[in-house]
Amino acid sequence: MHMADALLSPGVGGTMWAATAGVAAYSIKKVQNDIDEQKIPLMGVMGAFVFAAQMINFTIPATGSSGHLGGGMLLAILLGPYAGFLTMASILVIQALFFADGGLLALGSNIFNLGFYTCFIAYPLIYKRIIRKGYSTGRIFTGTLLASIIGLQLGAFSVVLQTLFSGKTELPFGTFVMLMQPIHLAIGVVEGLVTAAVVGFIWKARPEIIEKAAAGEALGGISIKKVLAGLAIVAVITGGIFSWFASAYPDGLEWSMLNTSGKEELEAPDGIHQTLSSIQEKIAFLPDYSFKNQEQKVSADAPETEEAWPAVNVGTSVSGLVGGVMTLLLAAITGFSIYVIKKREKASAV
Amino acid sequence: MPNLVESLYNIRILDELAEKRTIIHNIHPLMKVLTTGVYLMVTVSFGKYELSGLLPLIFYPVVLITLADIPIVPIFKRVLLVLPLIIGIGLFNPLFDKNPMIVLPWIQISGGWISFFSILIKGFLTILAALILIATTGMTRIASALRIMRIPRLFIMQLLLTYRYISVLIEEVGRVVRAYSLRSPGEKGIRFSNWGSLTGQLLIRTLERAQRVYHSMCCRGFAGEYNVGREKGMGIGDIVYFVGWSLYFVIIRYFNIPAMIGSLMMGVGK
Repeated sequence: MHMADALLSPGVGGTMWAATAGVAAYSIKKVQNDIDEQKIPLMGVMGAFVFAAQMINFTIPATGSSGHLGGGMLLAILLGPYAGFLTMASILVIQALFFADGGLLALGSNIFNLGFYTCFIAYPLIYKRIIRKGYSTGRIFTGTLLASIIGLQLGAFSVVLQTLFSGKTELPFGTFVMLMQPIHLAIGVVEGLVTAAVVGFIWKARPEIIEKAAAGEALGGISIKKVLAGLAIVAVITGGIFSWFASAYPDGLEWSMLNTSGKEELEAPDGIHQTLSSIQEKIAFLPDYSFKNQEQKVSADAPETEEAWPAVNVGTSVSGLVGGVMTLLLAAITGFSIYVIKKREKASAV
Repeated sequence: MPNLVESLYNIRILDELAEKRTIIHNIHPLMKVLTTGVYLMVTVSFGKYELSGLLPLIFYPVVLITLADIPIVPIFKRVLLVLPLIIGIGLFNPLFDKNPMIVLPWIQISGGWISFFSILIKGFLTILAALILIATTGMTRIASALRIMRIPRLFIMQLLLTYRYISVLIEEVGRVVRAYSLRSPGEKGIRFSNWGSLTGQLLIRTLERAQRVYHSMCCRGFAGEYNVGREKGMGIGDIVYFVGWSLYFVIIRYFNIPAMIGSLMMGVGK
């Protein structure tokens, strides 16, 4: 459920960057107060653990679709919401840079969608509320499962809103919501069960980790060795039980998009997109001028050959095409000439 | 599992590329980060029906890839792996938007297809820009650029440590999986009965190694600061790089150069 740069407008992308930067700055301030040196490598290890665990696909039974462990809730529960959010953010930064997952402009949206809702909404409002009466296996299970599901639902809804406010796709609001929410409910249940099993196990093996994180204390007093042993056990559980779900089916978002693309009911008219796209035009950083306007402007000087064609004239379409081809050719020539010059320089140097 | 090995390979390729010393690699990381930012903003700011105006943006990756000696195949492979998601969402546009927009004597193209290709090109360019940034700069130099941008030390340290531990973890996994496959001929993967013990042992070993790394960091004087070395000062060339590209991006944002070339050609042709 990573957002992509190509689906975002600068306005939406920039806003989400600002929101994420704000949350991150606040988290850093909070973490800095109780940070001790040992917690930094622990955050690093947990980040790497989630990074690797995310590569396991979890099949949603009977749908042919699959989901990933987001890890946001696990990080919030084990490290606390502030350190959890920062760890999630660094995972997403690395994914955006090295794997082009999402992209750099969409990074703000992705950190917000996957980190904020889990760490700052679902964790305090659901998990901690349920846990308040005291820890028990049942409460930990219910709290983790519910918090994971709701965190992911909010994140998925956020993806819908960001896409629609950006106005790059023609998908109507209702259709998109009906695609995203049920799919991510299924993914959320799988993710919730994984997280609940892991947290439940840690609670049995090293209860103080969970209690201290929930109380907002630093992990300073806990020996790193015990934490590491606990994490190793968690790894055994995730690997042993859930790897069996691992599959190479397409990601839930892709599946929900592609599986429905041919259906008739998608044609339903929807006014909200028009409204949203006009909002997008207003919040765009640079003034927008559409292809259509450009066509009309240029059409005065361009030669007209046929009147029979409606809406737009042939001349401008052809000249746009010719210009485009010329540009690409020029780009290819530029690249090739740099390559040749560099090769010659190398040869003469030898 | 192949995912893990492949991602290690991917990180390695990008890390190694970042170690090259070309004219692009030598540019100050801050200027490269800022230029990438301007490029991304300009790219996505194009309206959804603007297709020809987008094309001059391709000069940026073409020039950088050739000047920085970046091999095309692994980079394009990466781009192609990410594109399907964008195509999945973009394909709805031709379904919903059927107004003819480009009309040629032999073909009519609807607005939906125009906006689909616009999304596709934007996706291609933005993914490429991010990969070029990391391939010519590397993680530690990006971190030093972030430091100059006053991103708090704690976050940068956490980012770099996560990055380091990922390599450690994946490297270990790759070795164990290779050893396992050599000892279990005929098996396509790791048997279910071995999954738990294999993954568990891996993580214990990796965590122990991470702790050893931390201890040796302490022995070498780690006091809460991840030293990435001193970045060379910014020269006039670095500023020219940033200003030059930004100017180019802004010009092509305001003037549709391919359309101008096209109408000029057509006019001359008559």
